[in-house]
Amino acid sequence: MIKFAVNGREAFSEQPGDTPLLWVIRDELGLTGTKFGCGVAQCGACTVHVNGQPVRACITPVSSIQGKQVTTIEGLSPAADHPLQKAWVAEQVPQCGYCQSGQIMQAAALLAKNKKPTREQIVTHMNGNLCRCGTYNRIVAAIQRAAKEV
Amino acid sequence: MSDLELFNFQVTRRAFLGGSAGLAFGFAIGFPKTAQAQSASGRLNAYVSIAPDGTITIQSPVAEMGQGIMTGLPMIVAEELDADWSKVKVEQSPVEPAYHHPIFKAQYVVASISTLGYWTPLRIAGAQARRVLVNAAAEKWGVPAAELTTEPSTVVHGASGRKMSYGEIASFAAAPASPPAIDPAKDLKSADKYRILGKGTDRVDVPAKSSGAAKYGIDARVPGMAYATFVRAPVRGSGPASSNAEELKKMPGIVDVVTLEHGVAVVGETFDAVRKARRSLKVSWRAGLPGDDINTDKDLQTYLGDGRDPKRVGVEWKSKGDATKALAGAARTISREYLSDHVYHAQMEPMNSTAHVRRDGVDIWVGTQAPTRTQLDVAKALGTTPDKVRVHQMFLGGGFGRRATVEASVDAALVAKAVNRPVKLILSREDDLAAGTFRPMTSQRIEAGLDASGNIVGWRHRVVGEPVGDFVYQPGYIKAAKDRDVIFMMGAELPYYNKVANWHAEHLMAPERTRVAAWRGIGAGYTKFAIEAMIDEVAALNNVDPLELRLSLTEDSRSKRVLQKVAEMSGWGQKRPGNTALGLAFAEYGAFAPKFGSLIASVAEISVAKNGVIRVHNYWAAADAGLAVNPAAFAAQVESAVVWGLSCCLKERVTMAKGQVQQSNFHEYQIMRMAEVPQIKVEVLTSGASPTMVGELGVPGTGPSVANAFYALTGKRLYHMPFTPQRVQAALKSTTLKV
Repeated sequence: MIKFAVNGREAFSEQPGDTPLLWVIRDELGLTGTKFGCGVAQCGACTVHVNGQPVRACITPVSSIQGKQVTTIEGLSPAADHPLQKAWVAEQVPQCGYCQSGQIMQAAALLAKNKKPTREQIVTHMNGNLCRCGTYNRIVAAIQRAAKEV
Repeated sequence: MSDLELFNFQVTRRAFLGGSAGLAFGFAIGFPKTAQAQSASGRLNAYVSIAPDGTITIQSPVAEMGQGIMTGLPMIVAEELDADWSKVKVEQSPVEPAYHHPIFKAQYVVASISTLGYWTPLRIAGAQARRVLVNAAAEKWGVPAAELTTEPSTVVHGASGRKMSYGEIASFAAAPASPPAIDPAKDLKSADKYRILGKGTDRVDVPAKSSGAAKYGIDARVPGMAYATFVRAPVRGSGPASSNAEELKKMPGIVDVVTLEHGVAVVGETFDAVRKARRSLKVSWRAGLPGDDINTDKDLQTYLGDGRDPKRVGVEWKSKGDATKALAGAARTISREYLSDHVYHAQMEPMNSTAHVRRDGVDIWVGTQAPTRTQLDVAKALGTTPDKVRVHQMFLGGGFGRRATVEASVDAALVAKAVNRPVKLILSREDDLAAGTFRPMTSQRIEAGLDASGNIVGWRHRVVGEPVGDFVYQPGYIKAAKDRDVIFMMGAELPYYNKVANWHAEHLMAPERTRVAAWRGIGAGYTKFAIEAMIDEVAALNNVDPLELRLSLTEDSRSKRVLQKVAEMSGWGQKRPGNTALGLAFAEYGAFAPKFGSLIASVAEISVAKNGVIRVHNYWAAADAGLAVNPAAFAAQVESAVVWGLSCCLKERVTMAKGQVQQSNFHEYQIMRMAEVPQIKVEVLTSGASPTMVGELGVPGTGPSVANAFYALTGKRLYHMPFTPQRVQAALKSTTLKV
């Protein structure tokens, strides 16, 4: 059994150790805000934080998170009022919305270590997250807006 | 059969039933048969119910896939209802006839015509609900209804100064047995009275999509469900001949391996078990199908040859005047060929569906563009009737045409029936791509005939490629539609360049072998590339500014306006920095043009790196889709479609060999990333009193505006989308074609 914490609560998994964290989060813990997009760390839809670092849950074996803290979109802020989430609404970022949990988690990791990122730093940090609706410019605007608030 | 009706998935059946009934905007606002999403009390009609606390619940009948429809359509109802928008709650409507799109006679979202189609029925629904409230207040107060007016969510009696909120009225009023009649000609608001339409309204789905709470098809959970994945035969029409299914059944966590006519499903207790077993699955597929030897490079050469062959006769899409005669009499003619590759939807949510098949009925949880068709096709596959199939519409993690077909739900239902358990079926990205339904590959040839002064006097446009209708709808569609494949040919007409007196657009049909489908922008994504690049060549031959040439080709004031606006926005004609240049394109979107046509003029600013990579720095678009219901969401849709189109024309390419797709995931099928997007500025122009198509409007201008900018920058032409670095470098070394 692998023990860890998700959004501050104790959790465990009895799945094989090589099971991707993504499916444990979604199917065992029922936290479906984290999405499956590619399974090979090419799109970023499954981005969560492990001990504060953004990781692609689709290629993270659950065995590797023994004793660690996992944060998903549901745990980013209890009332969904993280500055980024408010900025996402203010800039009307999401369209289909499927990639946006991953985008927000990726962006949150940036703002946690860099309070005033430049546009270039934002683009470099976010470039691994795909958005097929093409909301990229609004994502940049929302991160810049949130950065003013953090 | 009208162009609009050609989008109906039921076209075959309707054609066989005795032909088309013409373009009918008839509709009926009735009461839903069931009301699973609504409380029985306070319901004024199928769309509106009002609670005593003043909450107004509006049903949204169309799938939300990012286009903002579950905000836009309820805004239309709320406007005529004179609702206080802050008190409106939107629900996804059930799937039933009361919510049918009036043209499709079904709940179905394609061709960007949801707003156009529901416009009048929803205005009537709102006005009808308002009338019920007004009549109830009049009765309560004992005054004539004619003396009453409304303010947002309030009925007012001006003479006495009395007011009553909609919530108060809802606490005692009941909907009459038959809804009050509304005459669209005189009972609806005029645009100057609008309080909600035309103003920027925040989309109602955005908060849930920013918190992780929004539920997509892939998020469905049913007690006791198993997980499955499906491996479809790589070649259209093929299926498994044999497999190692028996071996796989022994793997840990595997419930069953279900072999269907067209593929193999692996079913397990967890998706991880399914995923692992799928990797060990070996299938040998039935051979002998037309698609067995599909080969992108070879097939494209065949298309090119067919396009050049004067003996081959295509089927006419549309025409005006006598192009043959005009070309024969032209002082000179030029002809050019344009190519485009197969492209994949790459919707972020892989195809999936969850099915629960019981003796008493079937439940399907899916994000689909075609919920009514899901009912029909699942019922047919299971040998039951559509009324036994309940479809739970979820959010779509991208539609773009991919979710207009319903095979994921049919497969999920068949597998659920086979294992006698609810099943959530999810494709891996690799299987989603391998079983993708692609925009057809095309070769196009345009001949333009010019008179001695360089005016275009004749125009012939031949498009070679596989028809789409039979695959997307059903075999027999193309015949029923009298060879008019609207998805394939959209945009090949010249409805706004009315100074071109003679033109002819035809489809030379390639043999049907590939899974081809509607892909955001449909035919206009490549036909407008050819047309607008050719117009640019004519301008260059005549030594005329490309903007001036376009303005001279149209007498339509809306067309001139979008062109002039985008010229102003982009600083057209002004000197640019040395390493960038601008390219212009004009396009309508809509097979119903010019009656309903949406218009867009686009300018791209590009530079080209030594390694052949084109960089788009800025992109400007001026768009006119009639009345703009929600201008902010309109602009967002154009931005989205521009990124979609640029991604396509710069990067995207599916190739096939021996019938098999050669790309497997996003490392091989690359789409545009953040570092590659330009700054995009969109100006929403309005015209007329009703809305037209928005969702795909941004696509057709992308390819030609980039290609034309490339010419402005380098003096060379690009003829093959996508403009990959390799093709760009080849173009830079090419000799410029003269005549």
